[in-house]
Amino acid sequence: MFRSAAELVEIAEKEEILISEVMIRQEMEVKNKSREEVYAEMEKNLQVMEQAVEDALKGVQSVTGLTGGDAVLIQNYMKEKTPLSGNLMLDAVSKAMGTNEVNAAMGTICATPTAGSAGVVPGTLFAVKNQLNPTREQMIRYLFTSGAFGFVVANNAFISGAAGGCQAEVGSAGAMASAAIVEMAGGTPQASAEAFAITLKNMLGLVCDPVAGLVEVPCVKRNAAGSSLAIVSADLALAGVTSRIPCDEVIGAMYRIGKQMPSTLRETGEGGLADTPTGRLLKEKIFGMTV
Amino acid sequence: MKYNSVFDIIGPVMIGPSSSHTAGAARIGLAARNLFGGDPEWAKIYLYESFAKTYKGHGTDFALAGGLMGFAPDDPRMSKALEIAEERALKIEFIEDSAAVDHPNTARLVIGKDNESIELIGISIGGGKVEITELNGFELRLSGNHPAILIMHNDRFGAIASVTKILAKHEINIGHMEVNRKDVGKEALMVIEVDQNVSDDILKELESADHINQIAKIVS
Repeated sequence: MFRSAAELVEIAEKEEILISEVMIRQEMEVKNKSREEVYAEMEKNLQVMEQAVEDALKGVQSVTGLTGGDAVLIQNYMKEKTPLSGNLMLDAVSKAMGTNEVNAAMGTICATPTAGSAGVVPGTLFAVKNQLNPTREQMIRYLFTSGAFGFVVANNAFISGAAGGCQAEVGSAGAMASAAIVEMAGGTPQASAEAFAITLKNMLGLVCDPVAGLVEVPCVKRNAAGSSLAIVSADLALAGVTSRIPCDEVIGAMYRIGKQMPSTLRETGEGGLADTPTGRLLKEKIFGMTV
Repeated sequence: MKYNSVFDIIGPVMIGPSSSHTAGAARIGLAARNLFGGDPEWAKIYLYESFAKTYKGHGTDFALAGGLMGFAPDDPRMSKALEIAEERALKIEFIEDSAAVDHPNTARLVIGKDNESIELIGISIGGGKVEITELNGFELRLSGNHPAILIMHNDRFGAIASVTKILAKHEINIGHMEVNRKDVGKEALMVIEVDQNVSDDILKELESADHINQIAKIVS
């Protein structure tokens, strides 16, 4: 079983296989399952992700009314204007935000690695898909590559906002997506690790400060940040840019920063944006009757 | 390693909004139900730190209730679980506890029916993954990565042997085993992680073995 990103890359290089293949083989071994069974399980997750985006683009609204409808706004804007950040980028952003809007509306999603960050991996997948034209198998592999890197973060640091802040959720999700984009675009396993490191470095320190403690504000828009950064980092790595600080050390830094975060900034809804005048007002409006 | 499967990371498929506070909470409720061995009639649920501060917004309350009724994290009835619990006359009380705990997402559940009750502590460690860290006052570390059998028994010689003998007879391999007792000769707990799910027939056989009081199983 690989314990670090370095080990993951080493196995892939030594055996001349993709990162996704390392993850698939490990899963088969740990769970004593056939390749078909492991694929089928991931295919089910992929279908949930597709359905969530489909639902989002019809327009959803959360119970509180705090979030919903932004994915549709962005898609309409893309049809009417030429987005400054480009169609692929904005497509990823809208689908990432849309997935999280469905989550906030208590719809069905696939946690990747968490529910609050569930938009980033599928959002980027469904956007780069239009340019890279992957097979269904490659789309499933995208999820295994994301999972392989997420597996390293989860076992060496954390993936929940309550434990490590938003850097552990959207930070991890964005980094996982970067690594997967690189593999789908034909980059090397090492380039995947570089992309992962670059994204996570730029997410370090991000706190978890949800207004009223709800997975809505700022979570939905943080999925926009995670997905756009994922694409930029993937491009950097594919261009040959490397991270001066190796992947595993960035994960270590993320862990230590999370440990130093006060609990007010770790999903308690007490600090940061939750503690702004408007944040407090929104909380009062939503829970005024019951809290 | 805390996580051993790619589907802990890409997954679970769940009803929003939070993997740790909704899906994880449902799984803690589900584990409590499994350990209790059926429908409880009442539940007292103590919530700590992030769970205590945000449970209403995250639906931690309905998820715990759903889990206690046997709903999986992707059950579409999840967001209505509190209403369904009321219909089923399952009485649930939520208590925000300010005591310090080791993990920010901690819940202590006391659930029961008639004269029977159990008490356990569950933590939600992220991405929907949970651990049970205490049962009836016994510390344990149940990851849920493997099926497990939990056996409350009397601390007497031969109790462990009678259990392992039955498992051996049915060719069930033990991956990890812990034995914990409150005091010499008093109540004790065996936690046995096995490689395959154990059928109810075997559980019945175990229950009738010497010095065994109560048995529960966790399906992985």
